[in-house]
Formats: sequence, structure tokens, C-alpha cells
Amino acid sequence: MKFVAHALAAVALAATAGHVAPAAAQQTLTISSWGGAYQKAQREAWFNIVEKELGVTIKEETTSGVADVRAQVASGRPTWDLVQQGNYGCALLDKEGNTEPLTPAILGVKGIADNMKGKGWISNLVYATTLAWSDEKYRDKKPSSWADMWDTKTFPGGRTMRRSPVYALESALLADGVPMEKLYPLDTARAFKKLEAIKKDVVVWWASGAQSQQVLKDREVEMAAIWNGRAAALATEGEKVSLTFNQQMLLTDCWVVPKGAKNKDLAMKAIEIMSRPEVQARIALYINYGPANVEAFNTGIIKPEVAAKLPSSPENAKKGFVLDANYWAANLDELTKQFDLFIQR
Amino acid sequence: MTLALDQIAAGGTASGANEEALRRQAHGERRSMLALTLPALLLVGFVVLIPIGWLFWLSFVDKSGFTLIHYQRLLHPTYLLTLRTTFELAFTVTVVCLLLGYPLAYLASQLPRRWASLVLLCVLFPFWTSLLVRTYAWLVLLQRRGLVNTWLQKLGIIEEPLRLVHNFTGTAIGMTHIMLPFMVLPLYATMKTISEDYMRAAANLGASPIRAFWQIYVPLSFPGLAAGLIVVFVLSLGFYVTPALLGGGRVMMWAMQIERSTTVYADWGAASAMGVVLLVITLGILWLVSRLTGSAKLGEAR
Repeated sequence: MKFVAHALAAVALAATAGHVAPAAAQQTLTISSWGGAYQKAQREAWFNIVEKELGVTIKEETTSGVADVRAQVASGRPTWDLVQQGNYGCALLDKEGNTEPLTPAILGVKGIADNMKGKGWISNLVYATTLAWSDEKYRDKKPSSWADMWDTKTFPGGRTMRRSPVYALESALLADGVPMEKLYPLDTARAFKKLEAIKKDVVVWWASGAQSQQVLKDREVEMAAIWNGRAAALATEGEKVSLTFNQQMLLTDCWVVPKGAKNKDLAMKAIEIMSRPEVQARIALYINYGPANVEAFNTGIIKPEVAAKLPSSPENAKKGFVLDANYWAANLDELTKQFDLFIQR
Repeated sequence: MTLALDQIAAGGTASGANEEALRRQAHGERRSMLALTLPALLLVGFVVLIPIGWLFWLSFVDKSGFTLIHYQRLLHPTYLLTLRTTFELAFTVTVVCLLLGYPLAYLASQLPRRWASLVLLCVLFPFWTSLLVRTYAWLVLLQRRGLVNTWLQKLGIIEEPLRLVHNFTGTAIGMTHIMLPFMVLPLYATMKTISEDYMRAAANLGASPIRAFWQIYVPLSFPGLAAGLIVVFVLSLGFYVTPALLGGGRVMMWAMQIERSTTVYADWGAASAMGVVLLVITLGILWLVSRLTGSAKLGEAR
């Protein structure tokens, strides 16, 4: 009996030593991202590394956009320490003063371009809006630029574009001959005029990535302005669909630390770790998105055949341009109203 | 209650005491009815009245306090155009539902019970299928390489596929399908209560069948008709899923603009203002209809 009691006491002691003590020392960092397969990839590629290096536990939540962050900050006690947003969402939150300024350590990480970060935000993932088409329809001559989207004589057939001024206005100006580096600030009058020319051929203004995929797959349309991942997924499924990275619009998702976040110092450290090239590179192992840090492509972690399909690989990135997050943060509201008027007419 | 009545019937010598007992019983009944309805009242209060009050509140405030900025925003032409589309679509769907639903309900009301059940089942069956599934089904049927276009082309009726979907037409077709039961069911319920004797009497007095139908039957079916029209029109005003999927992005409904306000602009004030506008318009329509038809008739249809 006595032996049993001793043994139990020992086990109990061991259990306390093994669990309670480190738990008391271990801090929790709450990260909110887009959820699903996307967040799972981030967990594998990044969160696990951060947990190990900082000795913290990462608690995950999901966000559906800027409104969440605004609400958290407005409440005065944000429960999220680190939030993933789209690039103009980040720029918008930064502009509104809803973010904590990033530390010099983060902004000093080499390899992340200046147009992919701001005072209070920094990009971590890159995808792109690209021109994709049905190879069954265009067997010989393939489209290669936004101008071809407008060229319904050489490339007859239905088109689909996103139901948003973002991308649509840029593609119109590029089709009209504006060089990529001179796009911003957008000449919106010229863009809408050019859009007018393609309007009757746009069968569907897509509202979701899934819809853009579906209309291309069903051959409702023959050519699409579509996210590269969506077109690539169709090709993987065996659909005869191709895309070009030429004149691609690079889009990023990015981190912000909500103003007043409880563990903001820890959050800053986490961002710094996740921005390092060798950590950044890991994301490409788990999902079809590219790292925002171009140095990641020199780490040897991303194989050349994978890099060839990523918008942010140096080879592909130079064919396109980075969407101006600050421009859209400032003009999204007004231009969306104009755009809605345009498509309804 | 029975006891009290028995006492009265027995002679009523102690009528004062009886009245007292009756009154107490009536009180008790009212109290227990109130107790029974209390959960429902609380539910309505919490999930309808308070949120609507909140909606009104949100539409009139911003960071600095009271404001009309959310309503001013709605003066932008894009919102006016959306409002017009919303009403055009709701009106079109209502009219088509009427043209399809009235004969169908009439047929069902005239058939023997078993056949009537079959017709009603056909009306109800899609009603039990998910709205999303039915909407996607229309997409499969109406798209460029869909069943309808393929058949028409094979039969040599058309050469190039028709644009049946991703526009106003496709949206109206899909919505009509979804709204039809809301027209047929109240109509059928009313038509079942119209006695055949009226039509016989009309014939007896020399009215032709057509005249009897228009002068006797149609007015008698009016309560069900009004209920069906209102339900279809009002529900159509708030449609979201079907226009979003079948409209090709260019058919913008009011509900889609509300969605825009929350997800693109993250502007809850503007979204609330739009909700209030739609609510007020809907209530206005209901009020107008009840004034025109007399609320008694609407009550009958229930």
C-alpha cells in the first residue's frame, strides 16, 4: 500500500512538473487568418516554427476581413495579436490607425520589396491575377497580354472578369497601352472607357474564385482574368486551361498587429521569424502560393519546377507588377460605386 | 368553465357568485394564455424587435454621433439603379408567377382529391429542395452549353446558343421557379373554399361560363390572390442568392448592395441604412395593399 501511495505521489509530482510549470511560463499568441487549407499550410510552414523558437503556444482564429480588425480595435481590448489580411485591407487598416507600427527588425528583413509593406503591415504570401484561357478554343494562337483579352477579332469568345474595379481597371489600362510602371495613379476615365469596349463580351462578372473557375470549366467563357491558383487548379484537374504570367498583377496577403494588441511584442517577434527567407520558403511546400520574400527562392527549399508556377518567383515576378495597395486603400469605395454603376448599365 | 355553465343552467339563484366565478375563470384563462405566448413574445422581442431597433440606430450614427451620411450615400446613381433593378425584377417575377400560378391553382382546386394532391406535390417538391441546388440546376440548364441550348441547337431551332443566363432573363426564370409555390398555395387554399354553388347560380341566372368566372370566381379568389402577390413581391425584393448566381454580376439587387457595404466597404452604417430603406418600402407596400383591398380580405386568406 505504502509503495502504491509513493508511486502515485511520484507520478503526480512528475505530472505537475511536466505540465503545469512550463504552461505557466508559456505565453499564448493569438493569430487570426483566412482559415481552411490556407491556414493549415500556414500552421505547418510557419506557426510550428514560431512556437518552437519563441516557446509560445499559438492559438488560431479566423477572420473574414478588415471589419473584424476594426471591431477588435474599437472594443479597446483586441483579443487577436496578429491578423492576416489582403494587401489593400492592410494598407487601409494602417491608414485608419488600426495597426501597431512594425519594429525596425521586421522592416529590416532583407528580400521583401518596399511596395509589399508599410508602416504597420508586411506581406507574407503572393498570388496573382493572371490572364487564362481555354486551350480547346484557342488551339494555335494563344493570348499573351491583356490587349488580347480586348481583341475579340483574333480571340472571339466570352470573357469573365472580377466584379470589382480592382484588377478590371488595371487590365483595361494595360490593354490600352499604358506601361506597367506608369499605371498608378490610375487614369480611371480612360480605364472605364476601355472597359466599355469589352463589356458586351464579358459574360460573367465573377464574385468568387470558385465562380471564375466554374465558368471557365463549363466553357461559358473562353478567357478570364482569374487568380493564378484557380486556373492552375483547373489545369491540375485535367481541364485544357492555360495561363500567362505576362502582365500579371501581383497580390499579397499580409500581417497586421491590431492597435493595442495584448502581446504585441511577441507578435512582432513572430512576424520577424515568419519573414525570414528560410521560413518564408516553407509555405510553397504546403500550398500553391509563393513567399513574399524573394530571398526565399535562393534557399534551395523551393524546387525549380515549383518556383516556375509561383507568381513571385524572380523569373515570373519580373513579367508583372505589384498591385498598389495604398492606391486601392484610398480609392476602393468611390471606384467600386462607379464600377457598380458601370456594370449595371 | 363547464361547471360554471352548469350552475347557470341549473337555475341561477346564486347568480352573483356565478358571475364572480366566471370572471375569475376568464382572468385565469387570460393569464395562462399570456403565459403560453410569453416565450414567443420574448423570442420575437429579442430576435426581431431589438435587432431592428439596433438596425435603425446604426443607420443614424457614426463615430461623431447622429448623422444622415449613410442615407446621403444612397443618393449615388448606382444605388438608385440597383433599386430600380430590384423592383423591376420583383415585379416581373410576381407577374409571371401570377400567370403561371393562377391556372395551376385553379386546376388543382377543380381536380378530384387524389389528382389535386399530385399537382400540389409537384408544386411543393421543389419547395423542399435547397434553394442553392435549384439555382445551380438552372445554371446547368440555361448556360451556353446547357441542356436547353443544346436541344434547341440539335432541333435546328437556333444556330448560336442563346444567352439565357447571367442576365436579367435567367435571374427572373430562376426566381420565378423558387417563388411559384408562394403564389399557388394561398390561391389553392382560397379556391378550395369557393363553393361551386356560386358558379351554378350564376349559370342559372344566364351568365356564360367565362362571365361567371370573371365576375364571380375571380373576385372570390381575391384574398388568396392578394396574399400570393404580396408574399411573392416582398420576398423577391429581398432576394440575394439567385440573382448573385444567375445574374452574371450585372443584375444587382438591393441585398447585393447591402453585402457590398459589409464586405467591400466594411460600412455597417450604410448597410443598415439600406436595410431600413428596404424595410420601409416593404411596409409601405403592405400598408398600401391593405388600404386598397381592406385588411379583412387579407385576414381571410390566412
